[in-house]
Amino acid sequence: MTTPEINLLFHQPISDHAFNADRSLLAVTRENNVELFTRSGKGFTLKDELKGHDKTVTSVDISPVTGRIVTCSQDRNALVWEPTSDGAWKPTLVLLRLNRAATFVRWSPDASKFAVGSGARAIAICYFEEENDWWVSKHIKKPLRSTVLSVAWHPNSVLLAAGSTDAHARVFSSFIKGVDNKPAPTAWGERIPFNTVCGEFINNSGGWVHAVDFSPSGDTLAFAAHDSSVTLVYPSAPEQPPRAVITVTTPMLPFVTLAWLNENELVAGGHDCQPVVFQGDVSGWKMAYSVDDPSKKGEVGEGERSALNMFKQMDLKGKDAAADDSTLRTVHQNTIVTIRPYEGQPGNITKFSSTGVDGRIVIFPKIPRRA
Amino acid sequence: MSQSLRPYLKCVRSSLTAAISLSNFASQTAERHNAPEIEAGRTPEVILNPLVIARNENEKVLIETSINSIRVSIKIKQADEIEHILVHKFMRFLTQRAENFFILRRKPVKGYDISFLITNFHTEAMLKHKLVDFIIHFMEEVDKEISEMKLFLNARARFVAEAFLTPVSSFHGAAVLSWG
Repeated sequence: MTTPEINLLFHQPISDHAFNADRSLLAVTRENNVELFTRSGKGFTLKDELKGHDKTVTSVDISPVTGRIVTCSQDRNALVWEPTSDGAWKPTLVLLRLNRAATFVRWSPDASKFAVGSGARAIAICYFEEENDWWVSKHIKKPLRSTVLSVAWHPNSVLLAAGSTDAHARVFSSFIKGVDNKPAPTAWGERIPFNTVCGEFINNSGGWVHAVDFSPSGDTLAFAAHDSSVTLVYPSAPEQPPRAVITVTTPMLPFVTLAWLNENELVAGGHDCQPVVFQGDVSGWKMAYSVDDPSKKGEVGEGERSALNMFKQMDLKGKDAAADDSTLRTVHQNTIVTIRPYEGQPGNITKFSSTGVDGRIVIFPKIPRRA
Repeated sequence: MSQSLRPYLKCVRSSLTAAISLSNFASQTAERHNAPEIEAGRTPEVILNPLVIARNENEKVLIETSINSIRVSIKIKQADEIEHILVHKFMRFLTQRAENFFILRRKPVKGYDISFLITNFHTEAMLKHKLVDFIIHFMEEVDKEISEMKLFLNARARFVAEAFLTPVSSFHGAAVLSWG
Protein backbone atom coordinates (compact mmCIF):
# COMPACT_ATOMS: atom_id res chain seq x y z
CA MET A 1 0.00 0.00 0.00
CA THR A 2 1.45 3.31 -0.98
CA THR A 3 -1.18 5.76 0.17
CA PRO A 4 -0.96 7.27 3.64
CA GLU A 5 -3.30 5.81 6.21
CA ILE A 6 -5.15 8.69 7.87
CA ASN A 7 -7.11 8.47 11.10
CA LEU A 8 -8.62 11.36 12.99
CA LEU A 9 -8.61 10.38 16.65
CA PHE A 10 -10.07 13.54 18.21
CA HIS A 11 -10.04 17.30 17.77
CA GLN A 12 -7.33 18.03 20.29
CA PRO A 13 -3.58 18.36 19.99
CA ILE A 14 -1.50 15.20 20.32
CA SER A 15 1.88 16.04 21.76
CA ASP A 16 3.29 12.53 21.45
CA HIS A 17 2.35 9.01 20.40
CA ALA A 18 3.91 5.57 20.68
CA PHE A 19 3.22 2.11 19.29
CA ASN A 20 4.12 -1.12 21.03
CA ALA A 21 6.48 -3.65 19.45
CA ASP A 22 3.93 -5.44 17.23
CA ARG A 23 2.06 -2.19 16.43
CA SER A 24 -1.22 -3.49 17.89
CA LEU A 25 -1.40 -0.91 20.67
CA LEU A 26 -1.18 2.84 20.23
CA ALA A 27 -0.75 5.32 23.07
CA VAL A 28 -1.49 8.99 22.43
CA THR A 29 -1.53 11.95 24.75
CA ARG A 30 -4.78 13.84 25.20
CA GLU A 31 -4.76 16.76 27.61
CA ASN A 32 -4.10 15.36 31.10
CA ASN A 33 -4.53 11.72 30.08
CA VAL A 34 -3.05 9.13 27.81
CA GLU A 35 -5.44 7.16 25.63
CA LEU A 36 -4.72 3.62 24.50
CA PHE A 37 -6.07 2.54 21.14
CA THR A 38 -6.07 -0.88 19.54
CA ARG A 39 -6.01 -1.56 15.83
CA SER A 40 -9.39 -2.52 14.41
CA GLY A 41 -9.40 -2.97 10.67
CA LYS A 42 -8.40 0.34 9.17
CA GLY A 43 -9.10 2.40 12.23
CA PHE A 44 -8.31 2.56 15.91
CA THR A 45 -10.70 1.89 18.78
CA LEU A 46 -10.30 3.37 22.21
CA LYS A 47 -9.45 0.66 24.69
CA ASP A 48 -8.24 2.30 27.84
CA GLU A 49 -7.45 5.62 29.43
CA LEU A 50 -4.47 6.21 31.67
CA LYS A 51 -5.45 8.84 34.21
CA GLY A 52 -2.85 9.95 36.68
CA HIS A 53 -1.47 13.33 35.69
CA ASP A 54 -3.09 16.61 36.59
CA LYS A 55 -1.52 18.78 33.89
CA THR A 56 -0.93 18.42 30.16
CA VAL A 57 0.82 15.16 29.33
CA THR A 58 3.80 16.11 27.21
CA SER A 59 5.26 12.78 26.20
CA VAL A 60 4.63 9.04 26.17
CA ASP A 61 6.78 6.07 25.24
CA ILE A 62 6.28 2.32 25.11
CA SER A 63 9.29 0.09 25.49
CA PRO A 64 9.38 -2.49 22.70
CA VAL A 65 11.23 -4.86 25.05
CA THR A 66 9.06 -4.86 28.18
CA GLY A 67 5.82 -3.27 26.93
CA ARG A 68 5.85 -0.83 29.83
CA ILE A 69 4.49 2.66 29.19
CA VAL A 70 6.15 5.74 30.58
CA THR A 71 4.41 9.12 30.56
CA CYS A 72 5.51 12.55 31.68
CA SER A 73 3.62 15.75 32.14
CA GLN A 74 3.81 19.43 32.92
CA ASP A 75 2.83 18.54 36.51
CA ARG A 76 6.56 17.65 36.99
CA ASN A 77 5.94 13.93 37.32
CA ALA A 78 6.56 10.81 35.33
CA LEU A 79 4.61 7.57 35.69
CA VAL A 80 5.54 4.05 34.63
CA TRP A 81 2.48 1.96 33.70
CA GLU A 82 2.69 -1.81 33.88
CA PRO A 83 0.04 -4.17 32.55
CA THR A 84 -1.61 -6.29 35.23
CA SER A 85 -3.00 -9.78 34.75
CA ASP A 86 -6.60 -8.52 34.45
CA GLY A 87 -5.76 -6.19 31.58
CA ALA A 88 -5.60 -2.97 33.58
CA TRP A 89 -2.58 -0.71 33.90
CA LYS A 90 -0.87 -0.03 37.20
CA PRO A 91 0.94 3.31 37.57
CA THR A 92 4.13 3.75 39.56
CA LEU A 93 5.30 7.24 40.39
CA VAL A 94 8.91 7.94 39.51
CA LEU A 95 11.08 9.94 41.90
CA LEU A 96 12.03 12.55 39.34
CA ARG A 97 13.00 15.28 41.81
CA LEU A 98 12.35 17.89 39.13
CA ASN A 99 10.70 21.18 40.05
CA ARG A 100 9.58 22.22 36.57
CA ALA A 101 7.56 20.67 33.78
CA ALA A 102 8.78 17.36 32.36
CA THR A 103 8.89 17.83 28.59
CA PHE A 104 10.06 14.64 26.92
CA VAL A 105 10.56 11.00 27.86
CA ARG A 106 12.15 8.07 26.04
CA TRP A 107 13.01 4.50 27.07
CA SER A 108 16.56 3.40 26.45
CA PRO A 109 16.76 0.71 23.74
CA ASP A 110 17.48 -2.02 26.34
CA ALA A 111 14.53 -0.77 28.50
CA SER A 112 16.60 -0.62 31.67
CA LYS A 113 16.44 3.17 31.94
CA PHE A 114 14.55 6.12 30.63
CA ALA A 115 15.45 9.77 30.23
CA VAL A 116 13.14 12.66 31.11
CA GLY A 117 13.90 16.11 29.75
CA SER A 118 12.55 19.03 31.72
CA GLY A 119 12.18 22.74 32.13
CA ALA A 120 14.31 22.59 35.27
CA ARG A 121 17.43 22.71 33.07
CA ALA A 122 18.06 19.05 33.80
CA ILE A 123 17.62 15.60 32.38
CA ALA A 124 16.58 12.88 34.81
CA ILE A 125 17.98 9.46 34.00
CA CYS A 126 15.65 7.01 35.72
CA TYR A 127 16.34 3.38 36.57
CA PHE A 128 14.71 0.74 38.70
CA GLU A 129 16.12 0.11 42.15
CA GLU A 130 15.36 -3.47 43.09
CA GLU A 131 15.97 -3.19 46.85
CA ASN A 132 13.55 -0.27 47.28
CA ASP A 133 11.19 -1.40 44.51
CA TRP A 134 10.84 1.99 42.83
CA TRP A 135 12.18 4.07 39.99
CA VAL A 136 14.87 6.53 41.04
CA SER A 137 16.67 9.16 39.01
CA LYS A 138 20.05 10.74 38.58
CA HIS A 139 20.26 14.22 37.10
CA ILE A 140 22.33 15.50 34.22
CA LYS A 141 22.57 19.20 34.91
CA LYS A 142 25.92 20.57 34.05
CA PRO A 143 26.05 22.50 30.81
CA LEU A 144 22.26 22.68 30.31
CA ARG A 145 21.15 26.29 30.50
CA SER A 146 17.54 26.06 29.43
CA THR A 147 14.55 23.77 28.91
CA VAL A 148 15.32 20.42 27.29
CA LEU A 149 12.95 20.01 24.33
CA SER A 150 13.88 16.49 23.25
CA VAL A 151 16.15 13.57 24.04
CA ALA A 152 17.26 10.57 21.99
CA TRP A 153 19.10 7.40 22.91
CA HIS A 154 22.15 5.92 21.23
CA PRO A 155 21.66 2.21 20.37
CA ASN A 156 24.14 1.29 23.13
CA SER A 157 21.73 2.67 25.78
CA VAL A 158 24.47 4.73 27.41
CA LEU A 159 24.86 7.77 25.22
CA LEU A 160 22.03 10.27 25.22
CA ALA A 161 21.47 13.25 22.95
CA ALA A 162 19.48 16.26 24.09
CA GLY A 163 18.31 19.39 22.32
CA SER A 164 17.32 22.46 24.28
CA THR A 165 16.14 26.04 23.98
CA ASP A 166 19.66 27.36 24.60
CA ALA A 167 20.37 26.49 20.92
CA HIS A 168 22.60 23.54 21.76
CA ALA A 169 22.42 19.87 20.92
CA ARG A 170 24.53 17.85 23.32
CA VAL A 171 25.62 14.25 23.68
CA PHE A 172 25.90 12.99 27.25
CA SER A 173 26.89 9.78 28.91
CA SER A 174 24.20 8.29 31.13
CA PHE A 175 26.32 5.40 32.37
CA ILE A 176 25.00 4.14 35.70
CA LYS A 177 27.10 1.71 37.68
CA GLY A 178 25.25 -1.47 38.46
CA VAL A 179 22.65 -0.94 35.76
CA ASP A 180 24.73 -0.68 32.62
CA ASN A 181 27.49 -2.91 31.40
CA LYS A 182 30.58 -1.12 30.27
CA PRO A 183 29.80 -0.05 26.70
CA ALA A 184 32.12 -0.67 23.78
CA PRO A 185 34.04 2.46 22.80
CA THR A 186 32.36 4.52 20.10
CA ALA A 187 33.41 7.54 18.08
CA TRP A 188 31.67 9.65 20.73
CA GLY A 189 33.83 8.50 23.64
CA GLU A 190 35.73 5.63 25.26
CA ARG A 191 35.74 6.02 29.04
CA ILE A 192 32.50 7.72 29.82
CA PRO A 193 31.39 8.15 33.45
CA PHE A 194 27.96 9.65 34.17
CA ASN A 195 27.37 13.20 32.91
CA THR A 196 30.40 13.25 30.56
CA VAL A 197 29.68 15.70 27.74
CA CYS A 198 30.73 13.82 24.60
CA GLY A 199 29.73 16.54 22.18
CA GLU A 200 28.23 19.98 22.20
CA PHE A 201 26.95 21.53 18.99
CA ILE A 202 25.40 24.96 18.54
CA ASN A 203 22.88 26.10 16.00
CA ASN A 204 24.51 28.94 14.07
CA SER A 205 21.58 31.31 14.20
CA GLY A 206 20.82 30.56 17.84
CA GLY A 207 17.55 28.76 17.15
CA TRP A 208 16.00 26.43 19.71
CA VAL A 209 16.91 22.81 19.04
CA HIS A 210 13.50 21.13 18.72
CA ALA A 211 14.52 17.57 17.88
CA VAL A 212 17.54 15.30 18.08
CA ASP A 213 18.06 11.75 16.90
CA PHE A 214 20.89 9.26 16.49
CA SER A 215 21.23 7.38 13.23
CA PRO A 216 20.51 3.60 13.42
CA SER A 217 24.21 2.84 13.90
CA GLY A 218 24.59 5.66 16.39
CA ASP A 219 27.49 7.16 14.48
CA THR A 220 25.65 10.24 13.29
CA LEU A 221 23.59 12.77 15.18
CA ALA A 222 20.88 14.82 13.52
CA PHE A 223 19.18 17.82 15.05
CA ALA A 224 16.51 20.23 13.83
CA ALA A 225 16.43 23.82 15.00
CA HIS A 226 14.05 26.74 14.86
CA ASP A 227 15.90 28.38 11.95
CA SER A 228 14.33 25.67 9.70
CA SER A 229 17.62 23.84 9.41
CA VAL A 230 18.61 20.23 9.95
CA THR A 231 22.19 19.62 11.09
CA LEU A 232 24.10 16.35 10.79
CA VAL A 233 27.13 15.69 12.98
CA TYR A 234 29.68 12.99 12.12
CA PRO A 235 32.06 12.46 15.06
CA SER A 236 35.65 11.48 14.31
CA ALA A 237 37.18 10.19 17.53
CA PRO A 238 36.73 10.81 21.25
CA GLU A 239 37.65 14.37 22.26
CA GLN A 240 38.41 15.34 18.69
CA PRO A 241 36.46 17.85 16.64
CA PRO A 242 33.82 16.11 14.52
CA ARG A 243 34.66 14.80 11.07
CA ALA A 244 31.88 16.79 9.48
CA VAL A 245 29.08 19.07 10.61
CA ILE A 246 26.60 19.56 7.77
CA THR A 247 23.78 22.06 8.06
CA VAL A 248 20.95 21.90 5.56
CA THR A 249 18.94 25.11 5.51
CA THR A 250 15.49 24.99 3.99
CA PRO A 251 12.95 27.56 2.86
CA MET A 252 10.27 25.86 4.97
CA LEU A 253 8.89 26.61 8.41
CA PRO A 254 10.80 25.09 11.36
CA PHE A 255 10.92 21.34 11.87
CA VAL A 256 10.03 20.08 15.34
CA THR A 257 10.56 16.34 14.96
CA LEU A 258 12.78 13.98 13.04
CA ALA A 259 13.35 10.28 12.60
CA TRP A 260 16.02 8.31 10.75
CA LEU A 261 14.87 5.95 7.99
CA ASN A 262 18.29 4.48 7.26
CA GLU A 263 21.91 5.61 7.51
CA ASN A 264 21.50 7.97 4.55
CA GLU A 265 17.92 9.16 4.90
CA LEU A 266 15.89 10.91 7.55
CA VAL A 267 12.43 12.38 7.69
CA ALA A 268 11.53 15.63 9.43
CA GLY A 269 8.19 17.27 10.11
CA GLY A 270 7.03 20.48 11.68
CA HIS A 271 5.10 23.66 11.17
CA ASP A 272 4.72 23.13 7.43
CA CYS A 273 2.42 20.16 8.20
CA GLN A 274 4.23 17.85 5.78
CA PRO A 275 6.99 15.29 6.35
CA VAL A 276 10.13 15.99 4.34
CA VAL A 277 12.85 13.47 3.51
CA PHE A 278 16.51 14.46 3.65
CA GLN A 279 19.18 12.38 1.93
CA GLY A 280 22.95 12.38 1.96
CA ASP A 281 26.13 11.10 3.53
CA VAL A 282 29.25 12.48 5.13
CA SER A 283 30.10 14.46 1.98
CA GLY A 284 26.83 16.39 1.94
CA TRP A 285 23.11 16.35 2.62
CA LYS A 286 20.14 17.81 0.81
CA MET A 287 16.39 18.13 1.17
CA ALA A 288 15.20 15.42 -1.22
CA TYR A 289 11.41 15.44 -1.40
CA SER A 290 8.25 16.01 0.56
CA VAL A 291 6.25 12.89 1.35
CA ASP A 292 3.02 14.90 1.27
CA ASP A 293 3.71 17.70 -1.18
CA PRO A 294 0.71 20.05 -1.36
CA SER A 295 1.89 21.65 -4.60
CA LYS A 296 1.72 18.32 -6.45
CA LYS A 297 -1.89 17.71 -5.58
CA GLY A 298 -4.56 18.50 -8.13
CA GLU A 299 -6.74 21.52 -7.77
CA VAL A 300 -9.32 20.47 -5.23
CA GLY A 301 -12.50 22.22 -4.24
CA GLU A 302 -11.96 25.20 -6.46
CA GLY A 303 -14.98 25.50 -8.69
CA GLU A 304 -15.22 28.84 -10.38
CA ARG A 305 -12.42 31.26 -10.02
CA SER A 306 -12.93 34.46 -11.89
CA ALA A 307 -10.02 36.66 -12.83
CA LEU A 308 -11.70 39.56 -11.12
CA ASN A 309 -11.96 37.61 -7.89
CA MET A 310 -8.33 36.58 -8.12
CA PHE A 311 -7.07 40.15 -8.56
CA LYS A 312 -9.40 41.29 -5.82
CA GLN A 313 -7.88 38.77 -3.44
CA MET A 314 -4.37 39.75 -4.46
CA ASP A 315 -5.13 43.39 -3.97
CA LEU A 316 -7.08 43.12 -0.75
CA LYS A 317 -5.11 40.55 1.16
CA GLY A 318 -1.72 40.39 -0.51
CA LYS A 319 -2.40 36.76 -1.33
CA ASP A 320 -1.34 35.03 -4.50
CA ALA A 321 -3.98 32.37 -4.76
CA ALA A 322 -7.67 32.99 -4.95
CA ALA A 323 -8.51 29.75 -3.17
CA ASP A 324 -9.70 30.68 0.26
CA ASP A 325 -10.67 27.32 1.68
CA SER A 326 -10.41 26.35 5.29
CA THR A 327 -8.61 23.03 4.79
CA LEU A 328 -4.94 22.76 4.06
CA ARG A 329 -3.87 20.67 1.10
CA THR A 330 -1.58 18.58 3.25
CA VAL A 331 -2.82 15.50 5.10
CA HIS A 332 -2.06 17.02 8.48
CA GLN A 333 -4.09 20.14 9.11
CA ASN A 334 -1.76 21.56 11.72
CA THR A 335 1.81 21.25 12.95
CA ILE A 336 3.32 17.75 12.99
CA VAL A 337 4.73 17.20 16.46
CA THR A 338 5.98 13.62 16.45
CA ILE A 339 7.28 11.30 13.77
CA ARG A 340 8.24 7.72 14.67
CA PRO A 341 9.32 4.70 12.66
CA TYR A 342 6.40 2.35 12.01
CA GLU A 343 7.39 -0.48 9.70
CA GLY A 344 10.74 -2.05 8.87
CA GLN A 345 13.91 -2.77 10.79
CA PRO A 346 15.99 0.05 12.27
CA GLY A 347 18.21 1.02 9.36
CA ASN A 348 15.57 0.21 6.79
CA ILE A 349 12.33 1.91 7.76
CA THR A 350 9.65 1.77 5.06
CA LYS A 351 6.75 3.43 6.87
CA PHE A 352 6.57 6.01 9.60
CA SER A 353 3.74 7.31 11.78
CA SER A 354 3.12 10.95 12.54
CA THR A 355 0.82 12.83 14.88
CA GLY A 356 0.22 16.51 15.26
CA VAL A 357 -1.76 19.33 16.76
CA ASP A 358 -4.72 18.43 14.53
CA GLY A 359 -5.42 15.16 16.39
CA ARG A 360 -4.67 12.95 13.40
CA ILE A 361 -2.43 9.93 13.25
CA VAL A 362 -1.09 9.24 9.78
CA ILE A 363 1.01 6.30 8.67
CA PHE A 364 3.04 7.47 5.71
CA PRO A 365 4.96 5.26 3.32
CA LYS A 366 8.51 6.42 2.79
CA ILE A 367 8.01 6.83 -0.95
CA PRO A 368 4.92 8.86 -1.83
CA ARG A 369 2.61 7.70 -4.58
CA ARG A 370 3.51 9.36 -7.83
CA ALA A 371 0.61 11.28 -9.28
CA MET B 1 -6.46 50.99 -2.44
CA SER B 2 -3.04 52.37 -3.14
CA GLN B 3 -0.38 50.39 -4.92
CA SER B 4 2.04 50.43 -2.01
CA LEU B 5 -0.38 48.72 0.35
CA ARG B 6 -0.06 45.36 -1.37
CA PRO B 7 3.65 44.71 -0.79
CA TYR B 8 3.20 45.96 2.77
CA LEU B 9 0.41 43.49 3.49
CA LYS B 10 2.30 40.74 1.71
CA CYS B 11 5.32 41.35 3.91
CA VAL B 12 3.18 41.35 7.05
CA ARG B 13 1.50 38.14 5.91
CA SER B 14 4.70 36.19 5.32
CA SER B 15 6.30 37.50 8.52
CA LEU B 16 3.24 36.49 10.53
CA THR B 17 3.10 33.05 8.92
CA ALA B 18 6.70 32.43 9.89
CA ALA B 19 6.28 33.93 13.35
CA ILE B 20 3.23 31.84 14.27
CA SER B 21 5.34 28.68 14.65
CA LEU B 22 4.35 28.11 18.24
CA SER B 23 4.56 25.12 20.53
CA ASN B 24 3.36 24.29 24.02
CA PHE B 25 6.00 25.46 26.47
CA ALA B 26 5.67 25.38 30.25
CA SER B 27 7.28 28.15 32.25
CA GLN B 28 10.79 27.46 33.45
CA THR B 29 10.70 30.23 36.04
CA ALA B 30 7.42 29.44 37.80
CA GLU B 31 6.47 25.96 38.91
CA ARG B 32 3.41 24.42 37.21
CA HIS B 33 2.72 27.55 35.19
CA ASN B 34 2.21 27.85 31.47
CA ALA B 35 2.09 31.50 30.50
CA PRO B 36 2.73 33.37 27.24
CA GLU B 37 6.48 33.91 27.35
CA ILE B 38 6.28 37.15 25.40
CA GLU B 39 4.14 38.64 28.17
CA ALA B 40 6.05 37.07 31.06
CA GLY B 41 9.38 38.09 29.56
CA ARG B 42 11.40 36.34 32.25
CA THR B 43 13.11 33.80 30.03
CA PRO B 44 15.22 35.73 27.53
CA GLU B 45 16.37 32.69 25.54
CA VAL B 46 12.84 31.81 24.39
CA ILE B 47 12.12 35.31 23.08
CA LEU B 48 13.17 36.18 19.55
CA ASN B 49 14.19 39.56 18.21
CA PRO B 50 11.21 41.83 17.57
CA LEU B 51 10.44 42.86 14.02
CA VAL B 52 9.02 46.14 12.73
CA ILE B 53 7.42 46.40 9.30
CA ALA B 54 6.82 50.05 8.46
CA ARG B 55 5.05 51.47 5.45
CA ASN B 56 5.84 54.99 6.63
CA GLU B 57 6.33 56.66 10.00
CA ASN B 58 2.58 56.61 10.69
CA GLU B 59 1.79 53.07 9.66
CA LYS B 60 3.76 50.17 11.07
CA VAL B 61 3.46 46.70 12.54
CA LEU B 62 5.52 45.32 15.41
CA ILE B 63 5.82 41.54 15.66
CA GLU B 64 7.31 40.17 18.89
CA THR B 65 7.80 36.41 18.89
CA SER B 66 8.50 33.87 21.59
CA ILE B 67 8.38 30.09 21.74
CA ASN B 68 4.71 29.86 22.73
CA SER B 69 3.19 33.21 21.87
CA ILE B 70 3.45 36.20 19.59
CA ARG B 71 2.34 39.77 20.03
CA VAL B 72 1.35 41.77 16.97
CA SER B 73 0.95 45.52 17.42
CA ILE B 74 -0.43 47.81 14.75
CA LYS B 75 -0.06 51.56 14.41
CA ILE B 76 -2.90 52.86 12.30
CA LYS B 77 -2.53 55.79 9.95
CA GLN B 78 -3.51 59.08 11.62
CA ALA B 79 -3.03 62.01 9.26
CA ASP B 80 -4.72 64.69 11.32
CA GLU B 81 -6.38 65.44 14.64
CA ILE B 82 -9.77 64.08 13.59
CA GLU B 83 -8.30 60.72 12.54
CA HIS B 84 -6.37 60.61 15.78
CA ILE B 85 -9.57 60.97 17.80
CA LEU B 86 -11.44 58.52 15.60
CA VAL B 87 -8.73 55.85 15.91
CA HIS B 88 -8.55 56.32 19.65
CA LYS B 89 -12.31 55.96 20.12
CA PHE B 90 -12.61 53.07 17.69
CA MET B 91 -9.81 51.09 19.34
CA ARG B 92 -11.30 51.78 22.75
CA PHE B 93 -14.57 50.34 21.49
CA LEU B 94 -12.81 47.19 20.28
CA THR B 95 -10.56 46.58 23.27
CA GLN B 96 -13.48 46.87 25.67
CA ARG B 97 -14.95 43.87 23.86
CA ALA B 98 -11.63 42.01 23.74
CA GLU B 99 -13.00 38.68 24.99
CA ASN B 100 -15.18 38.43 21.90
CA PHE B 101 -12.14 38.65 19.65
CA PHE B 102 -10.10 35.93 21.44
CA ILE B 103 -6.71 37.18 20.25
CA LEU B 104 -7.19 40.87 21.02
CA ARG B 105 -5.08 42.28 23.81
CA ARG B 106 -6.84 44.61 26.22
CA LYS B 107 -4.06 47.16 26.18
CA PRO B 108 -1.94 48.10 23.20
CA VAL B 109 1.83 48.08 23.38
CA LYS B 110 3.28 51.56 23.94
CA GLY B 111 3.53 53.51 20.71
CA TYR B 112 0.91 51.43 18.92
CA ASP B 113 -2.86 51.64 18.63
CA ILE B 114 -3.90 48.02 18.97
CA SER B 115 -2.21 44.74 19.91
CA PHE B 116 -3.04 41.10 19.34
CA LEU B 117 -1.70 38.26 21.46
CA ILE B 118 -1.67 34.84 19.81
CA THR B 119 -0.64 31.86 21.95
CA ASN B 120 -0.11 28.20 21.11
CA PHE B 121 -3.60 27.50 22.47
CA HIS B 122 -5.07 29.74 19.78
CA THR B 123 -3.14 28.02 17.01
CA GLU B 124 -4.26 24.65 18.38
CA ALA B 125 -7.93 25.63 18.30
CA MET B 126 -7.94 27.80 15.19
CA LEU B 127 -6.47 27.57 11.73
CA LYS B 128 -3.20 29.38 11.47
CA HIS B 129 -3.73 30.81 8.00
CA LYS B 130 -7.15 32.06 9.06
CA LEU B 131 -5.60 33.86 12.03
CA VAL B 132 -3.19 35.55 9.64
CA ASP B 133 -6.08 36.36 7.31
CA PHE B 134 -7.96 37.92 10.21
CA ILE B 135 -5.13 40.29 11.07
CA ILE B 136 -4.53 41.26 7.45
CA HIS B 137 -8.25 41.78 6.95
CA PHE B 138 -8.37 43.93 10.08
CA MET B 139 -5.44 46.06 8.87
CA GLU B 140 -7.01 46.72 5.52
CA GLU B 141 -10.53 47.31 6.85
CA VAL B 142 -9.57 49.62 9.68
CA ASP B 143 -8.05 52.18 7.32
CA LYS B 144 -11.16 52.11 5.21
CA GLU B 145 -13.36 52.40 8.27
CA ILE B 146 -11.47 55.38 9.65
CA SER B 147 -11.51 57.31 6.38
CA GLU B 148 -15.21 56.55 5.95
CA MET B 149 -15.92 57.80 9.44
CA LYS B 150 -13.88 60.90 8.74
CA LEU B 151 -15.82 61.63 5.57
CA PHE B 152 -19.08 61.07 7.40
CA LEU B 153 -17.95 63.33 10.23
CA ASN B 154 -16.97 66.10 7.82
CA ALA B 155 -20.26 65.81 5.97
CA ARG B 156 -22.13 65.89 9.24
CA ALA B 157 -20.14 68.92 10.44
CA ARG B 158 -20.93 70.77 7.25
CA PHE B 159 -24.60 69.91 7.54
CA VAL B 160 -24.74 70.95 11.18
CA ALA B 161 -22.92 74.19 10.49
CA GLU B 162 -25.31 75.00 7.68
CA ALA B 163 -28.33 74.15 9.80
CA PHE B 164 -27.15 76.32 12.62
CA LEU B 165 -26.04 79.20 10.50
CA THR B 166 -29.20 79.33 8.32
CA PRO B 167 -31.32 81.27 10.88
CA VAL B 168 -28.42 83.63 11.44
CA SER B 169 -28.22 84.40 7.76
CA SER B 170 -32.00 84.81 7.37
CA PHE B 171 -32.40 87.17 10.34
CA HIS B 172 -29.34 89.23 9.67
CA GLY B 173 -29.12 88.66 5.97
CA ALA B 174 -28.01 92.18 5.23
CA ALA B 175 -25.30 92.12 7.84
CA VAL B 176 -23.96 88.75 6.71
CA LEU B 177 -23.95 89.90 3.12
CA SER B 178 -22.12 93.08 4.01
CA TRP B 179 -19.45 91.03 5.81
CA GLY B 180 -18.99 89.40 2.55
